[in-house]
Amino acid sequence: MTEDSGAGAGVLTAERLRVVGRSIPRHDARDKVQAATLYAADWQMPGMLHGGVLRAVHPSARIRRLDVSRAAALPGVAAVLTARDVPHNTLWTDVPGQNSRVGPLRARLQVLAEHVVRYLGEPVAVAAAETPDALARALDAIEVEYEPLPGAFDPEEALRPGAPPVHDEGNLLARWQVSRGDPERALAQAEVVIEGEYRCQFIDHAYLEPEAGVAWIDADGVLVIRVATQVIEHFRGVADVLGLPHNKVRVIGPYVGGGFGGKEDVTVEVFLGLLACRTRRPVRMVWSRQESLLARPKRHPFRLRYRTGASRDGTLVAQAIDLLADSGAYAYLSALVLMYATVTAAGPYKVPDVSVDARVAYTNNPPTSAMRGFGAMQMVLAYESQMDRLARRLDLDPVAIRVRNALRKGDRLPIGQELDTHVGVADAARRAWAALGPRRKPSTPGSRTGRGLACNIQPYGRIVWLHDWASAWVGLEMDGTAVVRTGVPDVGGGQASSLCQIAAEVLGLEPDRISVHIGDSALTPLAGTTTATRQLYMSGNAVLSATSGLRQQLLPVAAQMLEAPADRVTLRDGGAVDAAGRRVALADVARECARLGVARSYLGVYHAPAGDPVDLERGGGRIFPDFTFGAHAVEVEVDTETGAVAVLRHVACHDVGRAVNPQSVEGQIQGGAVMGLGYGLLEEVVVDRGVNLSTNFAGYLIPTSLDVPDVEPIVLESGDGKGPFGARGIGEPPIGPPAAAIANAIEDAVGVRLTELPMTPERVARALGLLPSR
Amino acid sequence: MTELSIAFTLNGERRERRVAAHQTLLEVLRDDLGAVEVKEGCGEGVCGTCTVLLDGEPVSACLLLAARAAGREVTTVRGLAPAGEMHPLQEAFVAHGAAQCGFCTPGMILTAHAFLHQHPHPGREEIRRAISGNLCRCTGYTKIIDAIEAAAAARRD
Repeated sequence: MTEDSGAGAGVLTAERLRVVGRSIPRHDARDKVQAATLYAADWQMPGMLHGGVLRAVHPSARIRRLDVSRAAALPGVAAVLTARDVPHNTLWTDVPGQNSRVGPLRARLQVLAEHVVRYLGEPVAVAAAETPDALARALDAIEVEYEPLPGAFDPEEALRPGAPPVHDEGNLLARWQVSRGDPERALAQAEVVIEGEYRCQFIDHAYLEPEAGVAWIDADGVLVIRVATQVIEHFRGVADVLGLPHNKVRVIGPYVGGGFGGKEDVTVEVFLGLLACRTRRPVRMVWSRQESLLARPKRHPFRLRYRTGASRDGTLVAQAIDLLADSGAYAYLSALVLMYATVTAAGPYKVPDVSVDARVAYTNNPPTSAMRGFGAMQMVLAYESQMDRLARRLDLDPVAIRVRNALRKGDRLPIGQELDTHVGVADAARRAWAALGPRRKPSTPGSRTGRGLACNIQPYGRIVWLHDWASAWVGLEMDGTAVVRTGVPDVGGGQASSLCQIAAEVLGLEPDRISVHIGDSALTPLAGTTTATRQLYMSGNAVLSATSGLRQQLLPVAAQMLEAPADRVTLRDGGAVDAAGRRVALADVARECARLGVARSYLGVYHAPAGDPVDLERGGGRIFPDFTFGAHAVEVEVDTETGAVAVLRHVACHDVGRAVNPQSVEGQIQGGAVMGLGYGLLEEVVVDRGVNLSTNFAGYLIPTSLDVPDVEPIVLESGDGKGPFGARGIGEPPIGPPAAAIANAIEDAVGVRLTELPMTPERVARALGLLPSR
Repeated sequence: MTELSIAFTLNGERRERRVAAHQTLLEVLRDDLGAVEVKEGCGEGVCGTCTVLLDGEPVSACLLLAARAAGREVTTVRGLAPAGEMHPLQEAFVAHGAAQCGFCTPGMILTAHAFLHQHPHPGREEIRRAISGNLCRCTGYTKIIDAIEAAAAARRD
């Protein structure tokens, strides 16, 4: 019934691919340009109520009194609920295999605040009403009396003895350590040592579609939640909170208006479930931009301390790394984010002696969790700034020092995992740097231009001891069209469309002859999360398995019809063709299957390489299925009078193994690079003692078309990846290098080293001595 | 609550509505008229997601009071081509992969449409400036600019 990947790979070699590798428009693009796509907030139902959340107004406080009676009695108000109304008021985060000094982690999140609030914006109550106006009045009429408490607002501060405890179990949430060789001795003996401290900031996903959903109880008694999400399998967590059996909650994931990790954790689902179950009516909840910026989890700020040792020829001998991250008020995915950081902290380089000591602390700041790059991307600023400083100290070319130290296939990461596919770092560095071409001259007398390079390593696929899997069903219709069903949420990266291309390839159909049904936890075979750069890798392999399985069922039937040996028959152009060129239409094959009783469908399941939890400190085993490598080269212009930095050129090169749809790959690279540029130069959620000051788009700056150049993608195809047809994941990787490449280019231009993000004109001006330093 | 009777044209069809004085055009379009092709991104006039054309000029529907649309022509992306057909600009967005998540796309296309109407032969930098009020978080803008450039070039041929 099921099989693993690779079934089709032997039959279809890269040279003979017809659909995979083509830049065909995505099947969802026509709907999107005509605005026919119905996003979560566009869904309307008869009798639908409007739901909303009352949020805490203090970052740390005890709730003395919470009274909803006046609100509930208002006209047009259907329900007002607090923690007392939540059957099981806890969402759990499990981190299996955690070996930290903190102990196994089972972190909890209160659905609605009970007794205390731990961050500004924490949900305290929810309400549903007939109209948006009635909802606003209801939320206003809820009476809450707070007793403000001391808080911890900085991870260093939070870890000091006597700091206000954010949770009873203390403020150290997780700690991972890596120790390979003797880095202290190696540093003491190293010919050159570079020491650096770097800081990066809170940022927001800032997808254009704020969090939204609609829930209703269906005729069969199942709670249905149609929600903008990267994870339809949150139906289980929602069911646990509501005290319902798992099979009585169904999550439908429509096309998402951007995710980037921000729709990986639960957003509106649980609140909608509570309100729909209480009122027995459809309820819609749409968060405002201000609410989204105020209270949704952010990217982790890190403080990164590096000591890098090398010999005089630029060969790395040691890295000693100390990391501290801010989890905000709840755990969410912080322990895992920290683990990604720990595993990749030494960068895509061979280093014999490495230590990493990584901690993440609770504070009363906004919570932090998944965002594109997931801990691995924050490390790039540090390890690539260190490489650049080392190159400058030794008067080495930026490409030469990276090529000299680049990891290669067969090398091991500091945690011991062997790299068993192509490692494209050196090639990407050379290609990206060469593509910059001749240097540009500054546009004004007061400006200087400069260039920077940065490489990165980013895992794709989930941690191996999570035993990740994905499934897909494919069926052949009687008219020769095909249907693919798979529980993939499409967040705009072309997830569904790429699966369509893979199915079209294996079945010998044009993509427009295939319908892909996605994202329904009840009706599509489960395919896991659209996170961790895993969907093409995992669901792509599942679709490859399903279509290859179906193909193996169809070929003998077609061979019989053609009176040819089955191994001489292939599927092409909507039919089965034998070696002599004789052809029978797929519709006829389908009818013959029906007559003979041969199944016309197949459920494919792909299981990722699995393994036992690895003790990072001792090292030794596999942690991730594989990694994607890349390099970005930028040319910047720095205004020496204002400190403003403009990126003039941006070349982004990644080995994607195989580009299933080159246009989509370019889109991922360009979009990721620009998001990374925003992180480097513009974006910051400013938090002042727990108070989020960046709660509107006028103050939270994401790149506009005027802030960025045309990013020039270079797509390398080594053919050596673990996805279908040798593909590697490319969703997250391009966000990694830009900030470091820009920092390196700034030093090249004006000779100052920026170590804190974002590199605003003010920070550059301070570094240049135009403003007093802080 | 003060209510007003207003009439305006939505994609060529006359619409009459009772609206509250404080209601925005976006609220009336989405919640009352079911024109959910107009998306809300920020509600404060910064992101351009809710762009519609008012007598051919791009405006943020989230900032415009519905009453201000009285007697005027409102065009959403659905009004660019007859049902079942696509405007060449929409075709260009498809061909160039300019829509990823698609949420900014309707507003982006309308801004581009109004711009090309007034600047039929734009340079790349002019296009870049023209769409600077419409945020996109997915594409990095290059493929959007490619699409607009191609649509302009196709018109010239």
